[in-house]
Amino acid sequence: MQDNIFLMGVTQTWVKGTFTMKLTYTFEEQGFRLQVRQWLVDNLPKQPLNSFDTQKGFEQHRQWEKTLASGNWGMVTWPKEYGGRGCNLIEWLIFEEEYYRAGAPLRVNQNGIFLLGPTLMEYGTDEQKERFISAMASGDEIWAQGWSEPGAGSDMAAIRSKATRDGDEYVINGQKTWSSRAVFADWVFCMFRTDPDSSRHHGLSFVLVPLDAEGVTVRPIEQLNGLPGFAEIFFDNVRVPVFNRLGGEGEGWSIAMSTAGFERGLMLRSPARFQQAAKNLMGLYRAKRNDILDLSIEDAVVRCYMDAEAYALSTYQTASRLMSGGQIGAESSCNKIFWSELDIKIHDVAMRLLGSKGELEADSEDASAELGNWLDGFLFAQSGPIYAGTNEVQRNIIAERMLGMPRK
Amino acid sequence: MNFTYSEDQLTYRDTVAALLSGEVTADSIRARWTTRQGIDANLTQQLADMGLNALLVPESCGGLGLSELDFILLAQECGRVALPEPLVENAMAATAMLSDVASSDLAAANQCQDTLKQIATGNASVACGHWINPYVNMADTSHWLLLPHGDEVHLVSTQTVDLIAQRSSDPSRRISKVNWQPSRGTKIAGGQPGAELWRSALNRGALGVAAQLIGLAESILHRAVVFTTDREQFGRPVGANQAVKHLLADCAVSIEFAKPVIARAAYAVANSPTRADWAVSHAKVAASYAALLTVRHGMQVHGAMGYTWECDLQIWMKRCWAIDKTWGDAGFHKNRIHEWLLNPNALMGAEHTFGKSTSPSDESNSQQGAG
Repeated sequence: MQDNIFLMGVTQTWVKGTFTMKLTYTFEEQGFRLQVRQWLVDNLPKQPLNSFDTQKGFEQHRQWEKTLASGNWGMVTWPKEYGGRGCNLIEWLIFEEEYYRAGAPLRVNQNGIFLLGPTLMEYGTDEQKERFISAMASGDEIWAQGWSEPGAGSDMAAIRSKATRDGDEYVINGQKTWSSRAVFADWVFCMFRTDPDSSRHHGLSFVLVPLDAEGVTVRPIEQLNGLPGFAEIFFDNVRVPVFNRLGGEGEGWSIAMSTAGFERGLMLRSPARFQQAAKNLMGLYRAKRNDILDLSIEDAVVRCYMDAEAYALSTYQTASRLMSGGQIGAESSCNKIFWSELDIKIHDVAMRLLGSKGELEADSEDASAELGNWLDGFLFAQSGPIYAGTNEVQRNIIAERMLGMPRK
Repeated sequence: MNFTYSEDQLTYRDTVAALLSGEVTADSIRARWTTRQGIDANLTQQLADMGLNALLVPESCGGLGLSELDFILLAQECGRVALPEPLVENAMAATAMLSDVASSDLAAANQCQDTLKQIATGNASVACGHWINPYVNMADTSHWLLLPHGDEVHLVSTQTVDLIAQRSSDPSRRISKVNWQPSRGTKIAGGQPGAELWRSALNRGALGVAAQLIGLAESILHRAVVFTTDREQFGRPVGANQAVKHLLADCAVSIEFAKPVIARAAYAVANSPTRADWAVSHAKVAASYAALLTVRHGMQVHGAMGYTWECDLQIWMKRCWAIDKTWGDAGFHKNRIHEWLLNPNALMGAEHTFGKSTSPSDESNSQQGAG
């Protein structure tokens, strides 16, 4: 019977409209959603956590990562042996939707779970996976990332920090900067020049460094909100075992570039985050719209809601394509531009709706519940078009690799 | 949950795209401009032979019995070549409207079935004079017109109406005002069913425009890339400059993020009509934004050439400017979305992107939450 239906499907798929787009959740997907929802209801912290860019908040968020891990919810797409659930990408999206719907804490280990984790899965040896992935999933080891240097920002191939081979160890000297989470994190993943005679993207290696190693100095950098969200890291004859190198010596560039391409393009910012922000914006708009004289505000609100929705639809489409064997291409650069500009638009509209109350910090005498986290979000949104590759760099990538325009 | 087109849908699209790109060239479009009717009769017949006019017509009436989701990929290809023939409007709005009546228990069902059979064989065509549009495109080459009288739907022979021709800035369009008298004999629906028919037609028409706009925009973008790669200034291609690259990259971003919105709208029209209004409005607004941006930037990077009659870019640009305002302009569609957003019962939030995400009882809870 099954076979017959299948054969019929193959010859008549299109004419009969079977085996085609289906934009509804299956019974299993609905069940999964309710399971996530219930777990979050049961386990969510009772009080909002402090910012993870404070010592206290960082430890609170580490604790939350441990709680997530205890229920195997830390990274649902990972295999079960690494503390995940082996979920597909649609289930991951459902998880994220419920996560933001519940207002659950931001992920303090996002550098680890979203960036390094997938890279380890793809390029790590079994021993490296054994050593690093479980501790990452459990929240025991929180990761910072160390790509940029003072002379290597958008131009990452200009990296100068060196890792010099000495027997079974590398001796590291140099400086990294704009390292997110580095002030309180346990480890950092970096690129170093392992071939002293090399230039540009040759001779670089991908190395993992414990931040408590001798010779490491971390100097906090205060962000726009006054908190030390990133740091400079100085390496002075820091010794790490060769074991800490991911992939072959000199292969750092290609590993960093392909850092499991789709996870990076797809997972760094899941759409639920922006849909939740857009929904909150609608709440604010409904409350304030009669006080607002700005004629363009209606248009801006509509645009925010539409774009948040469009980002979700696009992500579902990409997830479906990847699940049926497709690849993510240069169009992932479109994502970065779209969500970072959307985030700015949403928070810009919120600040316009709040008017002259918008500047109030949360501990002001006149601050009210209506202010929510809009100011924090507004400040953070400003960084979106800059981090993870500036939007100008993304536009170059789109123009050259997706549209095929001339490099020079 | 599966957000991909089927292999067959993509294959059929490629087949139609191959036919269109062979038959519809800038030269052949310019040739149409010099004729009164503005269409290529041979191509019209070819499209009919492929069943494209009757794609949404039920199989019982000789059509292919397919859905809007199957059609939008083809509509996009029609846009890509700037097809002057009114295939998308007629098949998506007018013919589908007749199909709705033919499948209903209205008295005119039989009459509409007969008309559809003629359309399916290529012996007749029908255009839609929707109340949202002041003019009908290519009315004089259609045998029948669907016209509104209040909520009533009338099926009128083109021979019995006065067509007052207007001149469009897009020389490919042949628009006219229709003067006519409703009669009992021409009425095929009225009251609530009539209003519903007009509402569905509006959604299908707007969806068809959205899909065409994306095809038009992709074509303009492609032309802009080719032009800026070939054209040299200061000893290198114009397109090597970041200022030029970034203009076109922004077009690509807006186009990429309009496509899934259009797919969702087509899916909603075909499968969950209660969500169609706002999904279609979103698609129309997103596609218009992408198309108008691409027109603006596409012309800019062509330099002075883009401002000439000689440059073929105008064929695509003028189509975008013209059809962007049809089947509901930006104001109409943004207002539909705005109204929906203010509806206390609107299902909002990520879990409701595709409608009710879980059980019905969950929906009532969420509605309270959203209100």
